Amino acid sequence: MIPPALYLALSAVIFTIGVIGVLLRRDAIVIFMCIEMMLSAVGITLIAASRYLHSMDGVIFVFLAMTVAAAEAAVGLAIFVLLHRIYKGVKVDEINLMKW
Amino acid sequence: MRRWLREQFDRYFGSDPVRLLFALGGLFFATLVVLALLYWVVGKVVTAGLEAWGWDLVRLLLGLLGVMVVVFGNALFLVWAERKVAGHMQIRIGPKEVGPYGLLQSIADSVKLLAKEIITPRFVDRPLYLLAPLLIFVPCLVAMVVIPFDARLQVRDINVGIVMILAFSSLTVLAIFMAGWGSVNKYSLIGGVRSISQSIAYEIPMLLSILPVVMMARSLSLKEVVEAQSPYWFVLVQPVAFLIYFVCAVAETNRTPFDLPEAESELVAGYHTEYSGMRFSLFFLAEYTNIFIVCALATTFFLGGYKGPVLPGVVWFFLKTYALIFVIMWFRWTFPRVRFDQLLNFSWKFLIPLAMANLLVTGGLLKL
Amino acid sequence: MEGSLFQWIVFFAMAFLAIFCALMVVTRRNPIHSAVFLIVNFFAIAVIYLLLGSQFIAIAQVMVYAGAIMMLVVFTIMLISVEEARRVPMVRLSAGKVFGVILAILLFVELLYGLMVKALPGKVGPFTPERLQAVGPVRTVGGLLMSKYLLAFELASVVLLIGIIGAVILAKKER
Repeated sequence: MIPPALYLALSAVIFTIGVIGVLLRRDAIVIFMCIEMMLSAVGITLIAASRYLHSMDGVIFVFLAMTVAAAEAAVGLAIFVLLHRIYKGVKVDEINLMKW
Repeated sequence: MRRWLREQFDRYFGSDPVRLLFALGGLFFATLVVLALLYWVVGKVVTAGLEAWGWDLVRLLLGLLGVMVVVFGNALFLVWAERKVAGHMQIRIGPKEVGPYGLLQSIADSVKLLAKEIITPRFVDRPLYLLAPLLIFVPCLVAMVVIPFDARLQVRDINVGIVMILAFSSLTVLAIFMAGWGSVNKYSLIGGVRSISQSIAYEIPMLLSILPVVMMARSLSLKEVVEAQSPYWFVLVQPVAFLIYFVCAVAETNRTPFDLPEAESELVAGYHTEYSGMRFSLFFLAEYTNIFIVCALATTFFLGGYKGPVLPGVVWFFLKTYALIFVIMWFRWTFPRVRFDQLLNFSWKFLIPLAMANLLVTGGLLKL
Repeated sequence: MEGSLFQWIVFFAMAFLAIFCALMVVTRRNPIHSAVFLIVNFFAIAVIYLLLGSQFIAIAQVMVYAGAIMMLVVFTIMLISVEEARRVPMVRLSAGKVFGVILAILLFVELLYGLMVKALPGKVGPFTPERLQAVGPVRTVGGLLMSKYLLAFELASVVLLIGIIGAVILAKKER
């Protein structure tokens, strides 16, 4: 039996890598991919917890999080396509129209 | 790179053959050590696996071997059959020189492909370009693992088998995309883009046409779906779903009325323009395996799978599957290629609403 | 638990694969390569879900993340950065970014500190592995979705619908 702490540690590592990616990269699509990675890293935590606590709540949570991620992907990528039409690129530090 | 290596080699070893001997000895010894280590590790893993799964693991490995045999045998047969069918439809004879009825033609073809030079264009995106022909096989193998060829002839009966096949089938698109993008070439890229938008469009009605079957069989395991068709086949109660599935299957395998991703007359060869020799033949093999798999799934879902009188189940299964494959080949010499906007509109505006309505009616009738 | 050694091997292989791929996603210059590594990462995580005994979520992970979402991402990359995937500075450092990375590392330390607890806190539920095996894990999830979590399930479908409508409106050419 693998101790649950290992699963949680794995989840933490992937989550942190995702956070660093979101903070450092300029390309909106890579940032988006890092966010997806963080979401699925949280999934490991939830599933591990629900496995070791003999509960199904975590599984349902992850399932619902997946639907949200899918909706987010549809809208987010549509926004990127739109941004690309206006700015000819999706570098987040070049998109600063709303900044004064 | 190669010339530089040869120069270095000559400078170092050319003067002194004994040095070469020592170097080779050292290399041999190092290989031995590495092999021993590998042997030890693999042995550990295998023992642990045997402990965990016992004969299940052996059965899985044997099953995979059988799957490989089916994949290659099927491809060899289909290459021959396609040419023969095409020939007869055009009132020709088709291949006839190599072997009886030209049956050995495909073996001769594959030997030719094996002997061809493998060219890698200089500016390709190497990792993607090299991985694509291998990756295109993964979904085929996964699907083969769960298809029941007979009541007991199935590598693994997974209780979410249908979902698994559908989940992995999108990997084909990824491989096609990697091939199209990786070989930096406009024709390949256009082929890849077309393939992805087509596949996304047709995967949805395909899924929606399988759902009624799942609802009627009350299970996601392929074997139980077959078992649920005992009085009558599902094609009789779900004709609409069957038609939708079959159209989508033809579209998913990029066969003729929908073969825009590899339309020869517009795009050279689509996403595999830059591939040659063995790599090209891997794409070819995957295409034929995919045709086999979609037809095998249609047989499983709608035509009663391995069920049938008198003959053993495997024979029935392959008979039904190859009958469907013949229909697909027939399409190729009957229908002209559709236009791209027609293709997408047909899926989004006709097939998906129809499949939804079918699903709704099925659900309602099942509740009554 | 039988096959303990085998589980350990699979776990470590998949954990290292997942972490390696995560690092590659962040460090690759070409977004297409990032996407491919992210798909491998999702597969590794799916195997870990299998190890945790929830087949349904593993398959859903492959289907939703690796299949649907990544296909959309790849398609978008192809649509919008065909001509500019190369030769641009990947990271433009600023004081804010350095500060952010320090904060992220602090977050990681904090998460690891959270792991120091002896056992998982929380109430132990009724779904033991044996019971799940008896009913079938997928059937259990389906039953729960249709009974206890019906409201959340319906809301999720509304979210998806809104997502579809939003995407269509955003991506429409003439406004």
